[in-house]
Amino acid sequence: MRLLEAVGLVVLRLLEQIGRFFQMLGRTAFWAVRPPFDLAEWLRQMVRVGFDSIPVVFLTTLFTGMVMALQTYNGFARFHAEGWVGSVVALSLTRELSPVLTALMVTGRVGSAMAAELGTMRVTEQIDALTSLATEPVQYLVVPRVAASVAMMPLLTLMGDAVGMYGGYLVAVQLLGANPVTYVDNSFKYLTVADDVVSGLVKAAVFGLLFSLIACVRGYDTRGGAEGVGRSTTAAVVSGSLSILLADFFLTKLLF
Amino acid sequence: MAEPARAAAKLVAEDLHKSFGPKVVLDGVSFEVADGESLAIVGPSGTGKSVLLKHLIGLIRPDSGRVLVGGTDVWSLSHIERNRLRRKFGMSFQEGALFDSMSVFDNVAFPLRRFGRRPNEVRKRVKECLEIVHLEGVDEKMPGELSGGMRRRVGFARAIAHEPEILLFDEPNTGLDPIMTDIIDEVILEMREKTKATIVTITHHMPSAEKIGDRIALLFGGRLLFQAPPAEFLRSTDPAVRQFVEGRAQGPLTDAMTEPVGKRISEAP
Repeated sequence: MRLLEAVGLVVLRLLEQIGRFFQMLGRTAFWAVRPPFDLAEWLRQMVRVGFDSIPVVFLTTLFTGMVMALQTYNGFARFHAEGWVGSVVALSLTRELSPVLTALMVTGRVGSAMAAELGTMRVTEQIDALTSLATEPVQYLVVPRVAASVAMMPLLTLMGDAVGMYGGYLVAVQLLGANPVTYVDNSFKYLTVADDVVSGLVKAAVFGLLFSLIACVRGYDTRGGAEGVGRSTTAAVVSGSLSILLADFFLTKLLF
Repeated sequence: MAEPARAAAKLVAEDLHKSFGPKVVLDGVSFEVADGESLAIVGPSGTGKSVLLKHLIGLIRPDSGRVLVGGTDVWSLSHIERNRLRRKFGMSFQEGALFDSMSVFDNVAFPLRRFGRRPNEVRKRVKECLEIVHLEGVDEKMPGELSGGMRRRVGFARAIAHEPEILLFDEPNTGLDPIMTDIIDEVILEMREKTKATIVTITHHMPSAEKIGDRIALLFGGRLLFQAPPAEFLRSTDPAVRQFVEGRAQGPLTDAMTEPVGKRISEAP
């Protein structure tokens, strides 16, 4: 019986979290289209999510592109297909690696900060204070964060696509001695903007919605002082990253 | 339900019940506060005083019972209407609850800007409010740089900035030294004088309750055990009131607790 109870409790918690997610999604959508529009706050969040994440995303995708070229070259050389390294790097980056890795890095960087910030505001009654000042906390706090994440994730991913492909080019041409003209040619030969690049950007926008809403829900529902803030922050990163990976599979299955 | 007394009451709590899980916090709380009156609600820590106060401004929804603000049932309104109704309120929180990413000026200006006042009007009103709470020249400071008493007073200034009709104070002087406690009480009296607002204060500090309240009510076990003007409250022979006024460890208030008193005390935060 104990075991069944424990399993039941876990399932209930999970369902509760999913319910909270969709509830917050509804409230965010409701308040996003109602005045007052706090443009300054939207911009501030866009800078935090987008601009401030550029170095992290740059390094992540640069090295991912580099190691992709290194590994595929290694493998492809075994059956004399070195010429196709550029295509493989370009396709895997735009369709898969750049959106997912960018989302995971931004979740760690920005999602954790969002959960900690909202969690601290919750436990120090700042969220109650907002309500008491006739200001809807979801509108003031959650809407700008989610909107900024949905808007900025595709842009970061687009940058990641370019940087990653450049990293692959560097390794293939400078390190492994591939022909630069053939490499570039092959990189773009099988890459279609509508299918590969845009699908990656759509994924990125969905990931942005996922991690920012999860982080905001975790922060918003924080209980129990400093320890509670810590728990929310961890939970935001863990469940944010997990749902990005799960959503990635289903999106890929659905979109292509 | 049209009793004549209700017309004059600014704020009415009607048979409020609230439980969190198995824990019953409010078990039928009813009271009225007249326009311009000041009610102090006292009680031991952990009896749900803050929960009661949060019910009055609609931060918490009662399981049953009603809160009427100027005759309007808070929970009969739509979400947006309820937000609008909250403009009548100014609330001060236990630790001030200042927005720590904003300067003192921006904190006090927050409600004014949200409610669409013009910049020079905002500047004038913020200055006025900071003068009322005797804080000048701290505009550019961040909340983290202020002492507890100052943070509390900035919280007051923010609460009165938009000229609310009802002021709620949640433990305005908990954790302050005796002198600052008295200064805070003086500031509250001055604010009352200047704003003519209806006031509800939650406190466990008897001298403050006597000073601030036109009436004092004792909250315990989820109910208001006794309410009376300060002089009468102090003279009351009700054993629970006597225990609280005299601050004794033994009596009906502590007998009602299931755990031994010592355990309670060691668990208090």
